[in-house]
Amino acid sequence: MLESYIPIMLVLGFAVVFAMAAVFSSKLFGPQRPNPEKLSTYESGVKPIGTTHERVSIKYYLIAMLFIIFDIEVIFVYPWAVEFRQLFAEFGISVFVSMFIFLVVFELGFLYAYKKGGFDWD
Amino acid sequence: MDITIQDYLNILPLIIIAAGILISVVIEMYAKNSEKILPWFSIVIFFSAGYYALFTVNSQSVLFSNMIVTGGTANIFFFLFCFGAAIVSLLSIDYLKKAGIYFGEYYILLQSAVLGMMLLANARDLVMIFIGLEQMSIPFYVLAGFNRKKHFSNEAALKYFLLGAFATGFIVFGMGLIYGSVGSMSIDAIMTKFGDVSTNAVFIIGVLLFIIGFSFKIAAFPFHMWVPDVYQGSPTTVTAIMSTGGKAAAFSALFIALSPFFGDVSFNIFKPFLSALAVLSMLFGSIVAIAQTDIKRMLAYSSISHAGYMLIGVTSGLASGTAGVIFYLAAYTFMNLGAFGIVSMLEGENDTNLKIDDYINLGKKNPLIAGLLSIFMFALSGLPPFAGFFGKYYVFISAIESGMTWLAIVGVISSVISVYFYLRLVVLMYFKEGNEGINPTVSNTALLGVVIAALIVILIGLFPGSIIELISTFVI
Amino acid sequence: MIPIEYYLILSAFMFIMGVIGVLTRKNAIIVFMSIELMLNSANLTFVTFSSYLGNVTGQLFVFFVMTVAAAEAAVGLAIIIALFRNKQTVSIDEINILKW
Repeated sequence: MLESYIPIMLVLGFAVVFAMAAVFSSKLFGPQRPNPEKLSTYESGVKPIGTTHERVSIKYYLIAMLFIIFDIEVIFVYPWAVEFRQLFAEFGISVFVSMFIFLVVFELGFLYAYKKGGFDWD
Repeated sequence: MDITIQDYLNILPLIIIAAGILISVVIEMYAKNSEKILPWFSIVIFFSAGYYALFTVNSQSVLFSNMIVTGGTANIFFFLFCFGAAIVSLLSIDYLKKAGIYFGEYYILLQSAVLGMMLLANARDLVMIFIGLEQMSIPFYVLAGFNRKKHFSNEAALKYFLLGAFATGFIVFGMGLIYGSVGSMSIDAIMTKFGDVSTNAVFIIGVLLFIIGFSFKIAAFPFHMWVPDVYQGSPTTVTAIMSTGGKAAAFSALFIALSPFFGDVSFNIFKPFLSALAVLSMLFGSIVAIAQTDIKRMLAYSSISHAGYMLIGVTSGLASGTAGVIFYLAAYTFMNLGAFGIVSMLEGENDTNLKIDDYINLGKKNPLIAGLLSIFMFALSGLPPFAGFFGKYYVFISAIESGMTWLAIVGVISSVISVYFYLRLVVLMYFKEGNEGINPTVSNTALLGVVIAALIVILIGLFPGSIIELISTFVI
Repeated sequence: MIPIEYYLILSAFMFIMGVIGVLTRKNAIIVFMSIELMLNSANLTFVTFSSYLGNVTGQLFVFFVMTVAAAEAAVGLAIIIALFRNKQTVSIDEINILKW
């Protein structure tokens, strides 16, 4: 059982050793003559502006939140879609109607977010 | 399992509220003067749903593969939530303008929270309890932080959210253990399998975690930390519905989940735990409330001690205890709504006029408001002719019936302590020399809401016998 | 077949880690993440029992818990952002105008 994992372990081990060797050998053997120009962030000459800890616009959070909500609701649609034929044969049109009501409520929420400017970037 | 027209008629209160939410969303999106339409629309929705629920209280049925029940106690709770929310909507119209926080979402969220409470009250399955609980709590988190420019409101929302979600974690984990030991989430399945699992440690731990989670929601003692802060920081009208409807809904769910235990010896395992919660909540709430200077905080501590009195009825584990608690909740809902309603009327801009000392001489300056507030204070303290007295009476009687007389005695001692801080407010309003105190401007719609609450409190106090009889016929 | 106890011990461990996280951490967002950990430990319990009992209700319930957790996350992050805009901090220690 566990023996079958040996090749994977070997590959992983080789990958780690090779990566470390590649990084450190250049450090070890390559010539190093640093100067201020080389150490700057963009060697091509553009001066870096501000810090790396820049705040992202608050709008980003709004989009992210809306994404979380609308994304996760699909969880109910998937099992319904997969089992639809069987359910339809068993319960008839009410299977379709119930999901339709769910989606209407869902789309109303989407429309509401749109109307209130939840998707405006600026 | 065909669903008939009659079944849809039985869940009509739920359908009315759900349709109301969707229509409110559309009104908020498209109507130009939604500020004028929405409050009255939601009041109509609440009144019609509540009235219909009371009207069809006798049509009991179990629907949707044992997911929900209708009629009976569920409908009595529907009536409480809907009328409570209608009164809150009346209070909110002018309060929101005064506080400068009118957003149409307020009424949509209020309707969503009421829908959640109703789902909690008629659940017959742990899945429904969970969905109802979250449908209630998530709008409340938002409503608590509704005054989003104010630090107070932000803080209240964050505390309520973190502790509420923490409690939800306990409830869901408890449900997981109950599910694992029983093999189903339906209350009926728990009842049938009860003989096999009632001594199972996993099951007992699951139920205990469930009770702990709901102790947060009903604001019982060791889990009360959020109550004073959240009640103080939230907009007053939100506090009004949160402290009444939210508590009543949590109690209804507790009864549903504990119903398999009632009348069984295995309930004795929980009795020490529940009675400790009850005693500590009562005494802590009553004693700490004496030291408060802010009226909202005082009412918050009083709400903790009321949770304690109601827990006595749960601890008794008898049908009479359940009926007593439902009666108590009905009385408490309207008297607390009235008290918070008056606080919201008198509140000035920027959270002024919220100190107890601001109520000095109110009896001379505005006799009507002072009289109404006195009624609510007498009722909350449990003095005889009002609703609160009979609530306590029925609950204490059930404790004596189940052989826990000491619990009733502690309850009486605690109510005697609590009389002090309720009546201090009345004394300040009427019997204080001098001329200081506030000059309130009174809004008519809010006054209407408070008067309705006062009338219901007096009615419940006048006819307690017939009401408790009605409730008792539905409690098994 | 791994015995059921292993899953249950793992989920109980996750739950307790979540509780400890809520009680000890100071950053509101990390507290919230600990709460999510508690919910997910409950989900693990449900899925375990569901597969052990051969009963699909548990897995179904996990769907509901996940959607509700997402809604809760959206509301919670919104509340935290509203607070951050006013106070420029998310540390629970500094959220103290109301006596805790």
